[in-house]
Amino acid sequence: MKFQLKKTAILLIVILAFTSCSTSDDAQPIVDELEGLTMFTEMVNDTHAIELYSENSGLSQGYNTIKLRIKDKVTNTYIQNAQVSWMPIMHMAMMNHSCPKSEITQMANESNLYEGFIMFQMAQNDTEYWDLKIDYTINNVNYTVSEVIDVPASDKRTVNSFMGTDNVRYVVALIEPNDPKVAVNDMTVGVWKMQDMMTFPVVDGFTVKFDPRMPSMGNHSSPNNVNATQTSAGDLYYGKLSLTMTGYWKISLQLVNAENTVLKGEEITDTVSESSIFFEIEF
Amino acid sequence: MKNILILLVTYLISLWSFSQNKEQDSVKITNLEEIILIGHKAALYEKEIKSLGTVDEFLQQSSKVDMIKRGAYAWEPIINNMATERTLITIDGMRIFGACTDKMDPITSYVEVTNLSEATINSGQEGGLFGSTIGGSIDLKRNKSTFGENQWKYQINSGFETNNSQKIVGASLNYRGKKIYVDTDVMHRNANNYKAGNNSEVLYSQFNKINVSNTIGFKYNDSKLIETSLIYDKATNVGYPALTMDVSLAKSLITSIKYEYKPLNSNIKNWETKLYFNTIEHKMDDTTRPNVPIHMDMPGWSETFGYYSKLNFTKEKHQVLVNLNSFYNKSVAEMTMYPNNPNENIMFMYTWPDVRTFYNGIFINDDFIINNNSTLNVSTSFGSHSNKVASDFGLQSMQIFYPNMEAQKVRFLKSFGTKYKYVKSAFYYSLGMAYSERPPSVSEGYGFYLYNSFDGFDNIGNPNLTNEKAIEASLSFGFEKDRFKVNASTSYFSFFDYIIAITNPVLVPMTIGANGVRVYTALENASIFNSSISSEINLSNAFKYNIQVSYARGKDNNNDNLPFISPLSYTTSVRFNKNQFTTELSLRGNAIQSHYNPEYGEDKTPSYAVISINSGYKFKFQTTSFITKVGIENVLDTYYSTYADWKNIPRMGRNIYINLNISL
Repeated sequence: MKFQLKKTAILLIVILAFTSCSTSDDAQPIVDELEGLTMFTEMVNDTHAIELYSENSGLSQGYNTIKLRIKDKVTNTYIQNAQVSWMPIMHMAMMNHSCPKSEITQMANESNLYEGFIMFQMAQNDTEYWDLKIDYTINNVNYTVSEVIDVPASDKRTVNSFMGTDNVRYVVALIEPNDPKVAVNDMTVGVWKMQDMMTFPVVDGFTVKFDPRMPSMGNHSSPNNVNATQTSAGDLYYGKLSLTMTGYWKISLQLVNAENTVLKGEEITDTVSESSIFFEIEF
Repeated sequence: MKNILILLVTYLISLWSFSQNKEQDSVKITNLEEIILIGHKAALYEKEIKSLGTVDEFLQQSSKVDMIKRGAYAWEPIINNMATERTLITIDGMRIFGACTDKMDPITSYVEVTNLSEATINSGQEGGLFGSTIGGSIDLKRNKSTFGENQWKYQINSGFETNNSQKIVGASLNYRGKKIYVDTDVMHRNANNYKAGNNSEVLYSQFNKINVSNTIGFKYNDSKLIETSLIYDKATNVGYPALTMDVSLAKSLITSIKYEYKPLNSNIKNWETKLYFNTIEHKMDDTTRPNVPIHMDMPGWSETFGYYSKLNFTKEKHQVLVNLNSFYNKSVAEMTMYPNNPNENIMFMYTWPDVRTFYNGIFINDDFIINNNSTLNVSTSFGSHSNKVASDFGLQSMQIFYPNMEAQKVRFLKSFGTKYKYVKSAFYYSLGMAYSERPPSVSEGYGFYLYNSFDGFDNIGNPNLTNEKAIEASLSFGFEKDRFKVNASTSYFSFFDYIIAITNPVLVPMTIGANGVRVYTALENASIFNSSISSEINLSNAFKYNIQVSYARGKDNNNDNLPFISPLSYTTSVRFNKNQFTTELSLRGNAIQSHYNPEYGEDKTPSYAVISINSGYKFKFQTTSFITKVGIENVLDTYYSTYADWKNIPRMGRNIYINLNISL
């Protein structure tokens, strides 16, 4: 009974595998600040080289977490404790505008890395482009650097820029999940309004209602989603997104203000299969 | 509840009456468990009307067993009107779990008639020998030789059925010696679509199956035996006309090694210990079906390791059986859907999230001989049962519905039963009371969007379910004299926390076209009542008349009907038996299904009756013996379906078969 022996052997191995304990490695690895990051561009002026990093291979339309470090060209060392700010500008045929963005902060004391986000609500095209100007101050001396950056269109829609029924232009972007799972995913959404061409403050006190659907599978939904809301003013919006299987999901949105008025977006019904504002996730 | 009380009172009165009358004598225990003999043990297949019928056809003869049919293949046995979750089906005591989320591969589909010698059917809690059950158990016993003078036996089995052009070819080889026996057999079946009455073809009802089995017994002294056993079964291209999907592969490997100790002149009658392993692979897909809204594959895998150690001994007036048993099962099933847009990612989910079930239990049975006429049977079982979701992917999927769900859930199962049997000359009766529990099945606990095409709902498992519990009362009496036999038996099961899928109107179905989503829930109570009466009359030495009538009711907590409960059903036959020739005329039917429940996808299935005739002849040519069986089933080519036919799929129309067994 060859089979029998083989299966008995497997059984023994399984038993051993279940009974033997695994010991965790106590040695702490040395933290590499750049682990998982890719430098996608280097902006250079006479004194410094600014290295820009992201977790992906570059920037794209939508929400981008960006890390940077400032290298002194003379000493080849990285500058800590600088004050850094940035300004992305879209150069269109008739006008220029900016986009929602965060402050830039040093990631930790003793860290060479500075971190912030930029939410590009549109992609570049043949005639229109983004540039990024970074201003920084080291020991009360101001420096600046500016370059054109590459912001290609994203595969899936993660940003909606639209005029609400209150005649305010809003930008709503999907931030998390970055790595979606068949699970209840933590969902993070950013909601900004366009105050003027260059100013995009966070909108407070709204609710982002959403309804995930699979158009390829009878447009079914998923249970136990939690609409995205803020925990404190000035913050991003947090919700829970259930995805019951892998594949392509279209997440229909409704932007609702504090007075519970829907400013944009439609509810899914038998006749309405998607909202005019939505995100796409495919995994 | 009222019925239970009446039975309980009757039972207590009878206990009291026998305790007043203690006589010192030994009496042979009358075993009221039902045994259906299959195959060629003691040349019984010669008596079977269809020697190469399927296991399903054989089991169906029992008044306690019926079959849910989703096509021509792999029928799902129901015992006392309870399906797979509430029953226990074993092969020689081995626990085996089907790998299909849609119950398209009951254990009985992985064996062949020629593998088996008999099926032991135990009703209710008595069936708890190898694990927890409420409805009862079927233990399929392997066919094997015994030790003896050196002998080789060869057999060729072949058959043909006209309705679906089923071709059956098989052979077996048996060797026995003083110290060793080896039994091997191979069987192949191939069938096309069958035709229901009026010659209407039932598409996707074909199947193809090959089964190989081997048993080797080795005796190293007069009381010790080692036996290995192997069954390999592979079905391909199996159609399920009642479902939206077919099966491209259903494959099993069932292996065991057994040590048996049978001392002579000892209180220990038999001590049997077995280690076993089985693995099942089941591939369900819809690639053969045209016009599906979306193509999908739903493969499943099930692996089980286990052992049991069963000791039979006598002590004074007690016959005691103790069985320690344990199993570890791994059940995984997936669903992959292929979007019509080829650039889109496939859609994937675990429908069974790699659930590991670990069971350890003990079953003790004592038959106590009170006096010449009466015996008292007491049995009990205890077990620990643990389910663990081993896949993180699967666990996170389930946590969409149950955010606080833990990967592991441990529960304890117990059962207790007692039965009093009384025999006096031609008359006998038995009374039983029992309490039993069962854990939720993998689908009930952890199923993820399992589509039930019968009621049209997606079903979601519920890991928080408590054990289902039942109190059972049974009563059986009979009379046997000369040419006349009659038996009437009834059982009543009162359930607590009855597990059934209940609609959750908030949830949106996943399956295209589904009616909604149901979540497995425990109903506060439910009840199932079974009754049957059977009689056999020997009209003369050659003529025998048989009749069997059964009736059942099932109700949920709102007094609504439970699904898949048999209406009044009957079979009756006249058999003529002379010399080597037998012939039989039989009538089988159901009354109209008036107690149905549309909520569970049922409708009022009309009554039906079908007539079959068959005959067999046995003859010898030199040293070769031939057994031929010829028959016509559904002689009038009636178009019908029964309460147990999935979505009213019609049954087979007129079918002429011929079975031939040649022994060299």
